[in-house]
Amino acid sequence: MKPHTLTVLVENKPGVLSRVTGLFSRRGFNIESLAVGTCEETGMSRITIVCIGDDAQIEQVMKQTHKLIDVIKVSDITENDRVERELALIKVTAEPGSSRAEIMQIASIFRAQIIDVGSRTVVLSVAGDTEKIDALEKLLRQYGVKELVRTGKIALLRGAKTVKSAK
Amino acid sequence: MKTGAKILIEGLQREGVETIFGYPGGVVLPIYDELYNSSLRHILVRHEQAAAHAADGFARASGRVGVCLATSGPGACNLVTGIATAYMDSVPIVALTGQVPTSLLGNDAFQESDITGITLPITKHNYLVKRTEDLGHIVREAFYISRTGRPGPVLIDLPKDVSTKEIEYEYPENEQVNLRGYQPTYRGHSRQIDKAVEMMMEAERPLFYVGGGVIASNASAELLRLAEMTGIPVTTTLMGIGAIPCDHPLNLGMLGMHGTRYANYAVTESDLLISVGVRFDDRVTGKLDTFAAQARIIHIDIDPAEIGKNKRVDVPIVGDSKTVLQEMRERIQKRKEYDRWLSLIRTWKEKYPMKYPRDGVLRPQFVIEQLSELLGGEGIIVSEVGQNQMWTAQYYCFRHPRTWITSGGLGTMGYGFPAAMGAHFARPDQVVFDIAGDGSFQMNIQELGTVSHYRIPVKVAILNNRFLGMVRQWQELFYDRRYSYTELPPVDFVKIANAYGIDGMRVEDCNDVRPALQAAIETDGPFIMDFRVEREENVFPMVPAGAAINEMIGGHTG
Ligand SMILES: Cc1ncc(C[n+]2csc(CCOP(=O)(O)OP(=O)(O)O)c2C)c(N)n1
Ligand SMILES: [Mg+2]
Repeated sequence: MKPHTLTVLVENKPGVLSRVTGLFSRRGFNIESLAVGTCEETGMSRITIVCIGDDAQIEQVMKQTHKLIDVIKVSDITENDRVERELALIKVTAEPGSSRAEIMQIASIFRAQIIDVGSRTVVLSVAGDTEKIDALEKLLRQYGVKELVRTGKIALLRGAKTVKSAK
Repeated sequence: MKTGAKILIEGLQREGVETIFGYPGGVVLPIYDELYNSSLRHILVRHEQAAAHAADGFARASGRVGVCLATSGPGACNLVTGIATAYMDSVPIVALTGQVPTSLLGNDAFQESDITGITLPITKHNYLVKRTEDLGHIVREAFYISRTGRPGPVLIDLPKDVSTKEIEYEYPENEQVNLRGYQPTYRGHSRQIDKAVEMMMEAERPLFYVGGGVIASNASAELLRLAEMTGIPVTTTLMGIGAIPCDHPLNLGMLGMHGTRYANYAVTESDLLISVGVRFDDRVTGKLDTFAAQARIIHIDIDPAEIGKNKRVDVPIVGDSKTVLQEMRERIQKRKEYDRWLSLIRTWKEKYPMKYPRDGVLRPQFVIEQLSELLGGEGIIVSEVGQNQMWTAQYYCFRHPRTWITSGGLGTMGYGFPAAMGAHFARPDQVVFDIAGDGSFQMNIQELGTVSHYRIPVKVAILNNRFLGMVRQWQELFYDRRYSYTELPPVDFVKIANAYGIDGMRVEDCNDVRPALQAAIETDGPFIMDFRVEREENVFPMVPAGAAINEMIGGHTG
């Protein structure tokens, strides 16, 4: 059992996301992360799903997903050479003074940007792989994370290879 | 200018639909108004569930898409069991539902229910039509999706304003449905087929294990040719019955929980299982690790998701059963003799025949045998769910595909009677029997109204044991005979039938079985038979839940 990164190319039609996610939950799969948006082809969207399961389970859920009429292609790119990013916005308690300076230091180490500064909080924006964001979050906990939002992972294959509709 | 309702009806006619089963209501008024002058025949059922089952029975008997129609909210929700039944057995139906006007969608309007949401997991695909302009195209797509690939139910939800709006519309004669996300594979992979044929030549104890996929793909004749050419015996699932004539020497009958001993032994001993249009359902396999444990497995199915789902497969072949079987046959060079295997099977058949006590007691198996003899295995036999279903599968001698109609995957009590109505419209030339349980029949007994109204000549043979028999059997065997809520009080079914203007007969004695069946066949319209059978008869053999399929109880001493 390990996390798998699946990329699902779908018709950009109403209800397509609930078809896909409904299928995952119905078949007993927990989605760890999910990101969806339009893609290079008009009328299509790309969904990136991270879920945990053994190889046979993942194969089954992929085949079932592929059966959905509005799903054009499903690929498991876990074993492929790929680039991945996730974006997080983190609102941290930062009283003016030493903690605020420390937070700014941590931010620069993680190449996070401070995108909002309030009288008692700052908002950081950070992009990277899941582990990096986890690590940053952990460090910031000591100051008080007031709110946190993550986009879910998105991924592309490296080089010229693509996950596209064959047709 | 045409209204949405007109475009819909035209679309149905263009798809070759002649009969639909439905029930009206507020938001489908525009559609009903269009039906009023249409050449489409509409059968008014007495409950929407029956409309869905009738469409399903029509589809199974004919191989064509069945159509049902219901209003929004309660009407649509009443279709749900019928749609789920069709989904589980891969039956092509198109369900049309009315919906509140688009302006009210999501407002909890009167009789609004999110039927596309509700049926998401039980349809192959569904549509909520938002614009009249899309309707014609959607109808086409829906029929295409429903009948192609692995067939299944498709639902179209039609808001009232979509049906009433008028637009310029011409039916697109030459338009092809092209869906980039839906491209079923019909041709099997050539090298895989070679491999399968090689394995058949290497095997000593090969066996065909065939299911509903063979019926759905109209592959029965092809299967028979291949079986006869190779001399490889055949066992069928509940859904595969009819794929090979019951009394064919190569037929081992049904396998699984209530299969024949010889079929289950053959699976256990076989060294090559050629699985066609099956899904290794738990009612078939019993304990999975011991199922065909000595066999290499070839699995042919049009749905790639079925391959390897429950059981590891050695040669997967994604494709249409008929095409693949045909290609297999064309590649077979010589005939291999499996004499020892076939003689072993013969020994089992002789030692463990299907039997029940013939002691003059009115037993359900006797009724079915009599009917089978009387009809010579012809006619269309529909069943309800429970013991009645299993006895029919075991004791009726089916000779043709699409003549055995039963709810296998979902096991829906109440399916049989309305499905039998649908089967009649598919094959008006055939006599149609519903073999019913007294419990199941009461689940859609209101359809007596429909068969009476249209004089639909469905013959209902109730195997009346005054029990929810199959559940009672489990209570007897596994719950210490504690018959918790499974006993039913007596009902005079003939009187009920009479009240609807339908003839019937009660039978309490073996000698009266034939005459009653004869009377049913000779009656022009519907007919109800109330067979008061032995109350605590059991279905044997039986594989207890979770056991290996060769660990059967009962049926060999009887
Ligand atoms: C709609 C529905 N509810 C409950 C069941 C569970 N169930 C399976 S068989 C059975 C008993 C069926 O009784 P009857 O129709 O009299 O048939 P018999 O087994 O007595 O032949 C029941 C309750 C079911 N299959 N379907
Ligand atoms: Mg009963």
